[in-house]
Amino acid sequence: MINLVIDDKKIQAEEGATILQAAKNNGIEIPTLCYHDELTASGACRLCSVEIQKGKRTRIVTSCIYQIEEGLVVNTRSERVLNVRRLVLQLLMARCPGAEIVREIAEKEGVEPQTRFHPDEDKGKCILCRKCVEVCEQVVGVSAIGFSYRGAEKMVGPPFMESSQTCIGCGACAYVCPTGHITMEERGDERIIWDRHFKMAKCTVCGKKFAPEDQLKYISETTGVSYDTLTTCVDCR
Amino acid sequence: MKIKSTEEFKALQTQISNSRDPEKPCITVCAGTGCIAYGADKLVDKFKSEIEEAGLQEKVDIRSTGCHGFCEQGPVVVIHPKKIFYRRVGLDDAAEIIQKTVLNGEVLDRLLYADPISGEKITYEDDVPFYKKQMRLVFGMNGNIDPTSLDDYLAIGGYGALAKALDGMKPEAVIEEVKKANLRGRGGGGFPAGWKWDSTRNAEGTPKYVICNADEGDPGAYMDRSLLEGNPHSVLEGMIIGAYAIGSNQGYIYVRNEYPLAVKNVSIAIEKGRDLGLLGDNILGSGFSFDITIIRGGGAFVCGESSALFASIEGRVGEPRAKYIHGTDKGLYDKPTNLNNVETWANVPLIINKGADWYQSIGTENSKGTKIFSLVGKINNTGLVEIPMGMTLREVIEDIGGGILKGRKFKAVQTGGPSGGCIPEEFLDMKIDFDELTEIGSMMGSGGMIVMDDRTCMVDVARYFLKFLEGESCGKCVPCREGVRRMREILDDICEGRGREGDVELLESMSQGVIDGALCALGSTASNPVMSTIKYFRDEYDAHIRDKKCPAGVCKELIRYTIDAEKCTGCRACARVCPAECISGEKKQPHVIDQEKCVKCGSCLDTCKFDAVLVE
Amino acid sequence: MSRGGLGMNEANSVEKIEIEVKNIVEKYNSNKSFLVPILQDVQSKLNYLPKEALDALSFHLSIPVSRIYEVATFYKAFSLEPRGRHQLSLCMGTACYVRGAALIESNIERVLGIKAGETTADLEFSFETVNCLGACALGPILVVDGEYHGQMNVSKTNKLFKKLGKDVETDED
Repeated sequence: MINLVIDDKKIQAEEGATILQAAKNNGIEIPTLCYHDELTASGACRLCSVEIQKGKRTRIVTSCIYQIEEGLVVNTRSERVLNVRRLVLQLLMARCPGAEIVREIAEKEGVEPQTRFHPDEDKGKCILCRKCVEVCEQVVGVSAIGFSYRGAEKMVGPPFMESSQTCIGCGACAYVCPTGHITMEERGDERIIWDRHFKMAKCTVCGKKFAPEDQLKYISETTGVSYDTLTTCVDCR
Repeated sequence: MKIKSTEEFKALQTQISNSRDPEKPCITVCAGTGCIAYGADKLVDKFKSEIEEAGLQEKVDIRSTGCHGFCEQGPVVVIHPKKIFYRRVGLDDAAEIIQKTVLNGEVLDRLLYADPISGEKITYEDDVPFYKKQMRLVFGMNGNIDPTSLDDYLAIGGYGALAKALDGMKPEAVIEEVKKANLRGRGGGGFPAGWKWDSTRNAEGTPKYVICNADEGDPGAYMDRSLLEGNPHSVLEGMIIGAYAIGSNQGYIYVRNEYPLAVKNVSIAIEKGRDLGLLGDNILGSGFSFDITIIRGGGAFVCGESSALFASIEGRVGEPRAKYIHGTDKGLYDKPTNLNNVETWANVPLIINKGADWYQSIGTENSKGTKIFSLVGKINNTGLVEIPMGMTLREVIEDIGGGILKGRKFKAVQTGGPSGGCIPEEFLDMKIDFDELTEIGSMMGSGGMIVMDDRTCMVDVARYFLKFLEGESCGKCVPCREGVRRMREILDDICEGRGREGDVELLESMSQGVIDGALCALGSTASNPVMSTIKYFRDEYDAHIRDKKCPAGVCKELIRYTIDAEKCTGCRACARVCPAECISGEKKQPHVIDQEKCVKCGSCLDTCKFDAVLVE
Repeated sequence: MSRGGLGMNEANSVEKIEIEVKNIVEKYNSNKSFLVPILQDVQSKLNYLPKEALDALSFHLSIPVSRIYEVATFYKAFSLEPRGRHQLSLCMGTACYVRGAALIESNIERVLGIKAGETTADLEFSFETVNCLGACALGPILVVDGEYHGQMNVSKTNKLFKKLGKDVETDED
């Protein structure tokens, strides 16, 4: 176990844990946006920044990636940290005025929008947290969507922003998207996501439309389990 | 024909040196990219054909070399052995140079460099003021070798340092020497190279990699390009010595996509090195094996950042990652990796050959050795200069650079590229040194030194650098992706007459958040140009914001072009090229610009041969 | 910089694309790490990166198309649109900027009717700004089809356009 101090509180945590994990396990809250337990931390949003002190130097690091060390002193609400947090929230509110979750966190942190930033109209609600791309690559394994371009023009979506043939319609990306930018619609016996219509498979037992046929086909191909076995919904198994 | 031992190598080196007659006339023509743009390659061909026609192949050598540094005066031709210095040489001069200068010792006055103040003509290269104050330890060899010839490099003692290291020095001893010399990274960071080598050597994991960062992205800096084009073997030698010291068998040179000649010359150098046994298995019989692969960049400034560079070599986009774990522990393919800049590597053979003590005798307390700068902008003698650390900015700009273009007034010098700052006149007597530059709000950077005059708008310069970084931001983290562009938007407003009270204060407060919050150094140094111009040129910001004026006469929306009636001859040259058709007047009578229609394109200013167009 | 083994009048047929891509991938031993150099070689052969080339690369390298698209759009060297017969590159390095490159940029954009990074509709001209060509003594510099033109200004640019067949007013008229 490693001994460290977070916000003047002495805590212990397992070796290999990040500051964020150590804080969470000890009831200390640090705001996050791009962090997800099941996905590799990217350090993209910078909201979880904290100020650490090792010896004489202090520096700002992202708690989602920085691994704890013996004797580390962490401050989650120093002036520099709050400054970064305010800037990040103000920038994201200007980029995605419609992203509710950002406004909620901002309100909680006492951060007002910066009126000098002209709000964007073409970014939708995408804050580029990267979770959708990561889940599609790391958990689902098809990489149907990805990033394109760079800088402020960076976008998320299928290649050429055209409906993707690799997408299996599983909806994992919509599920992890914190702002609701990725929309998934169920209409009749179809699911519509990323401009593609997926025919929903019906459970052979209860008849509920529970998953796209393409998703079940993909699972069958990759696991070797027969398609017919898969067409029984979780409730009926 | 591979050499199998250091004895064999020394014998070969002696043989090549002996076969060279130092008194034999040799015409060297600068063929760096800059001079090639002036037609240098055609000039080389002309010399060759003239020599052939006159049957002088045995008596006169012609050598196409790398960059000589005095780019303003290209095409540059230096006649050995006396080193007679000719500039702005044309195709028509070739025959005469051979007949008169080479065969008869007669100097052609019209091709000599003239001192801009005294008018005196200068005959020999070492007397030319541009070169006199320089200390061209690393860059100076360019003029003596054809970069595609390994023999030329051997003839000047090349690879002697490698032989010395492999022969009598343990890897740890090599690292100690480099540490002792206090060689600091020349790419911008100024991190002590010896310590980096040490960390990589001691890191866990194999294989270990050695990389040369040739992604020189700072706009206005082209030192690395010219070193790679002009003396690629010096870089290779440094890398092989470094790899030996660190315990690496695989190296990479990551070259910017926009440098085709550099890629070509380094490829040739690697191939010839391999053929001779200086690269590959069992180098010089030492048991040490090492080879180098060239990787071209894809056109992304951010790939100069080490973790982005690794990602690019791995076939991914150049998105940096957090550096809480150093590249020396987990770098390329998560293996221990030592990354150094081109110029840093080129310094290594010197240090091994002449020793750390000698190296320590040059420079300041904490900045040893020399540094190559690209001296560009509103300066008379544009080019690449190599000076000892500790020389003052004034000496570089006035004595070497020859002062400001068109006799205008010095305003600022920008160092460190988009991560650096603007230095005003009051600091001209400061010593060029890593730490001194950082202290006043700039940095050494890779070596770009952009000189600005009273007609450069410092607010516009800040905007330029932000725009540059905005286009190069990888887009991963919020502070850089969103912060830099918002800062640029505010700068746009200021430059275009929409600046507001409080904008400067907002920029200042944002900048601390960007410095602290950004994921990599591109973002965290992005606010340096803005902050340094606010610090030293606040009055210009105030003029733009409060008075809606651009004192330097640059920002389009805040200036007007008018015609001086006394100078205008009514020739109508400007009216013909005016895209807005807003210039009118009677033939041979002074003309007038209609301010309502004028689009501020500057065509009239460019075209007018009578200096009759004014900017106010 | 080659502008392609296939001329602008010939469309790249799907079969041709498949063959070129396969050859290039084989040249690099199907090594995924070499994606960037592979894309550079493909673009060299085909003048740009057509969608079919990305699909073929995905197949031969076993990399998801989304990743190849990400790389192809991230790096400035690549173009997903056909490039013009004439390539114009204007240096916007600091030294050239300070010597007035921005005015030349506006002029070119106005004459061609496109923004930097675009190609004219008739596929005659592609115009881009580059960060620094490293020939600062000649600044401002405009590279036209690989040839360097130094000490440029607005009127010299227009003269150059005239030579390339564009209808512009120059002060020689």
